Amino acid sequence: MRFILRRLGFYLIAFWVSITLNFLLPRFMPGDPVSRMFARTQDRMQPEQIEALRKLLGVDSRPIWEQYADYLHNMATGQMGVSISRFPTPVTEVIASQVGWTLLLGGTALVIAAVVGNLLGILAAWRRGGAIDSALPPFLIFIGSFPYFWLAMGALYLFGVTLGWFPIRHAFSDTIEPSFSWDFMSDVGMHLVLPALTIVLVSLGGWMLGMRNTMIATNAEDYITMAEAKGLRPGRIMFRYAARNAMLPSVTSFGMSLGFVVGGALLTEVVFAYPGVGYQLLNAVQGLDYPLMQGLFLTITAAVLLANFLVDILYVRLDPRVRAS
Amino acid sequence: MTSSIATTASTVPGETPAGGGLSGTVAGNAAGTPDGGTGLPPGASVRRPSRSLLHGLLTNKKAMTGAAILFVFIALALLAPVLYPDNPSKITGMASQEPDAEFWLGTTAKGQDVLALTIHGARSSLLVGLTVGFASTFIGILVGLASAYFGKFIDEALSLATNVFLLLPGLPLLVILAAFLPPGLGTVILVLVVTGWAGSARVLRSQALSIRSKDFVAAAVVTGERPLRIMFREILPNMASIVMGTLLACIIYGIGAQAGLEFLGLGDVSTVSWGNNLYWAGNEGALLTGSWWVFVPSGLCIALVAFSLSLINYAVDEVTNPRLRKIKKARAALKKPTTKPAATGKRASA
Repeated sequence: MRFILRRLGFYLIAFWVSITLNFLLPRFMPGDPVSRMFARTQDRMQPEQIEALRKLLGVDSRPIWEQYADYLHNMATGQMGVSISRFPTPVTEVIASQVGWTLLLGGTALVIAAVVGNLLGILAAWRRGGAIDSALPPFLIFIGSFPYFWLAMGALYLFGVTLGWFPIRHAFSDTIEPSFSWDFMSDVGMHLVLPALTIVLVSLGGWMLGMRNTMIATNAEDYITMAEAKGLRPGRIMFRYAARNAMLPSVTSFGMSLGFVVGGALLTEVVFAYPGVGYQLLNAVQGLDYPLMQGLFLTITAAVLLANFLVDILYVRLDPRVRAS
Repeated sequence: MTSSIATTASTVPGETPAGGGLSGTVAGNAAGTPDGGTGLPPGASVRRPSRSLLHGLLTNKKAMTGAAILFVFIALALLAPVLYPDNPSKITGMASQEPDAEFWLGTTAKGQDVLALTIHGARSSLLVGLTVGFASTFIGILVGLASAYFGKFIDEALSLATNVFLLLPGLPLLVILAAFLPPGLGTVILVLVVTGWAGSARVLRSQALSIRSKDFVAAAVVTGERPLRIMFREILPNMASIVMGTLLACIIYGIGAQAGLEFLGLGDVSTVSWGNNLYWAGNEGALLTGSWWVFVPSGLCIALVAFSLSLINYAVDEVTNPRLRKIKKARAALKKPTTKPAATGKRASA
């Protein structure tokens, strides 16, 4: 319990840091980007909306502490202003309409990569020097050296444009109405294949090598020898004795890699014009839509922190040593 | 770009026990020359193994392959003004020409020579990668050493900062920082260092902590040596290998992250670099018109440089970590036929 509370406190601090960063950035940056934004878009907005955005982005004559308190209050109550590029939709609504796609893409890719990568790692460590152990790691390291977005471009070109196997942009076809029908689901699935595949390919190597290395250490433990001496089936030793104990670092990196998956999904989304938060973030940057940019950053951060917290809870469940201390 | 971050983060725990290879020699030389005779006793004991480690690296196939690839790219970057004295962005041919005898890698949709763009791109990409790598490793060293040496409150505060920066999602943070700062090479470097130092700080701190608890450090404290001297003369030389591994990982991160940032159009789009080449390739619809030759070379270059650095890093591990080495030998002796094809396969793909 103390462990959980400590972690919770830490995540709250991290979240506070990202809010404060958001608060400080528009106020202390050279060149006054916010005024530029207002100069471009002023005529479309209501006076009170402009006033609210000014306060949010720091074009404000009040003392800085008062601004800061106001800002924290706004963030806590979810008032993030209106989006400029998608005027007059509030930032929170824009984000809500997009976050699901990123969760779908990132979640699918992460789960597939983690499961397949860990299984490969287990097998590689179990048969050291075998075909999987000697051929796959160098290959995966090489694949992992490519930038996410470049692999995505390659996949788009090869399977989308040249071969025409998969659709090349967006999350579903324009011709299909979103619904819970089989047609729509399979359409979404087809659109998901290429973006998810690129993320899986790039991240597979890290999972496999991590699992392989801990598993090799675990395999050298006495209790494995003992299990073999008892005559247990190899499959049982491999999964119930060795892999189960080698799992813990993988669980930790599952939480850590969430942030990276979000980042990777960002670039992949841009290549495939996939309508998730990453694609929206880039649009916001290009449209000088600072309120939306900040809202997206906070949302992504909050999601990553929350996921890490869930992993911590899981960790307590998995590792009795943490519970005891 | 995140690929490099992801692999760094997931492999760092595995790399941590890596011994003191190449870096041992590098730092040994760097620290050894200025202090001349005073550092002899520790210097002598450090130098002998490091010489054999250098030897180990020189005879290590992975290290030599990696160094060779890296050397080719550095040479290309340095020779770019000689090979293509013209401005590489100049329009020299017809639009979207396929590779032929005149333009070995074809031309872009604007009619620029892709080969010239790729070779000139190496300059900015390597420069930023190396600068970011060295700067974030340097900050990592400062934070790690200060944490480990002073402990208590300073350690708590620095560790908290490190962990917060590690946890904040890197690429979105990069994007909003770059969006608020004026575009340019300096901004790119600054932003990448801000988001990149935390990983190295965490690894270096844990290593510095274990050295801090050694007797010779306690002895140095008792003899009244100044904190700075203890940190940089007593502790730092003993963690040289980890510094080396961190440096390589940071350079990989820098090159990949710069490419990602520029691909999003957040760098200075008027300069020529691998990331900007890819940005323009995407912008001009190279994918949809089927001009694969426009986007393949730059991406391949990024991957090759990152791969060569990983190879060197891997080799440092292998040379300095006796456990990895012994197993390797035993395995090679046991199963010669299985390890051979792996090596050749890798060379083929590289």
